[in-house]
Amino acid sequence: MEAKQYIESGILELYVYGLLTEKENLEIAELARENPEVESEIISIEKAVSALSSSFSPFHSVANFEKTKARLELNDGKVFDIKSPSNRSQYLSWAAAVLLLLGFGYQTLELAKSKQAVSETGDEKNKIEREYAFLDQQNKQTEKNLSIVRDIKNTSVTLGGQSVSPASFAKVYWNKEAKTTYIDAAGLPNPPKGMVYQVWSLKLSPVLTPTSIGLLDNFEENSQKIFAVSQTDSAEAFGITLEPAGGSLTPTMEQLYTLGKV
Amino acid sequence: MSQEELLVLIRKKDERAFTHLYDMYSKSLFSVINVLVKNREEAEDVLQEVFVKIWKNIDSYSESKGRFYTWILNIARNASIDKLRSKNFNNTQKKLSSDNFVNLLDDSNKLANKLDAIGIQEFVKKLKPKCIEIIDLLFFKGYTQQEASEELAIPLGTVKTQNRNCINDLRNYLKI
Repeated sequence: MEAKQYIESGILELYVYGLLTEKENLEIAELARENPEVESEIISIEKAVSALSSSFSPFHSVANFEKTKARLELNDGKVFDIKSPSNRSQYLSWAAAVLLLLGFGYQTLELAKSKQAVSETGDEKNKIEREYAFLDQQNKQTEKNLSIVRDIKNTSVTLGGQSVSPASFAKVYWNKEAKTTYIDAAGLPNPPKGMVYQVWSLKLSPVLTPTSIGLLDNFEENSQKIFAVSQTDSAEAFGITLEPAGGSLTPTMEQLYTLGKV
Repeated sequence: MSQEELLVLIRKKDERAFTHLYDMYSKSLFSVINVLVKNREEAEDVLQEVFVKIWKNIDSYSESKGRFYTWILNIARNASIDKLRSKNFNNTQKKLSSDNFVNLLDDSNKLANKLDAIGIQEFVKKLKPKCIEIIDLLFFKGYTQQEASEELAIPLGTVKTQNRNCINDLRNYLKI
């Protein structure tokens, strides 16, 4: 029989249904192996009846599937290695313990880091507070000094450099009403160790009469170089001399740094 | 997964293969079992039995003897008939011939895959009654040509050609 005749005869359907004798089955199976047309016809018939019967299947429970698996001792892979669950759980607990420890370690480390950060921040804060306090003080000083310089009632006297130090200069802000006198000594070099600047108010006539109105103490530490000195009522001139620490009763004229007339 | 790949895995007793096997064939086989065994619970028992046999006896199947589907179809029919025998149904044949696979539709609320199945069910309802009868006897109930010829009162020679024509109508509808 030709392949075509086999196909048309309807025997392939019976082959799929399983209704042929063993001899016929072997014959068709062999034919199918040799002939792709027969093979594909068989597969198509199988698909058709499989689809037909599947579409008429009444509902059957999932429990039935599970029961069948249980009968075959197929249990989600566990059947392959009975020991594995306990091993796995043991392994898992160790892994969990290790993770927990690592977690602890990490947390401790983080805590230490945080504490350090907090303390560093605290230090930083203190430093900033100190700096702020310093700047605040500086600022207040500056404001005060500025108010001194700006005071309209001031008599401002510029003291020029003298032969011992021609580049030096200083300013005197003399407020006769408030009876305050300030010296701006920014134009003076730092005094040598053990020496101090001394400020004199001078009367020029009838005779030159110097009166000490104060020392510019802590010269280097005074960053703004504005010094308050004693008041004076009747100055015709101001002079600044370099004197031994503690000051002198009379000015050392050889060490007159600046001098200016009112 | 192709049938060939599936068979390789079943022979290795790979558990994943069982799930595939069940997905691919349980509905088809369950409808066959239900046509033969009218009782739903008993049909479920038979279905279990059938899959246990497929799994355990896979080594007795050989591609050289026929299709895998044919093999499991025969297991399903035989297991159903065994069940009926164990229940001492004396007039099994008579009882069986009184209805066919289309009657499974009466139990419509219990049909699996309802939506996918509606189309094909509607189509089958339009099939010639002779087609339904002949497919029912040959495919579902596993009648021999001789038995079908007698049951349907048609010449033996026309049983398989009539069946083929009916299956061709079905294949045209399914575009297979």
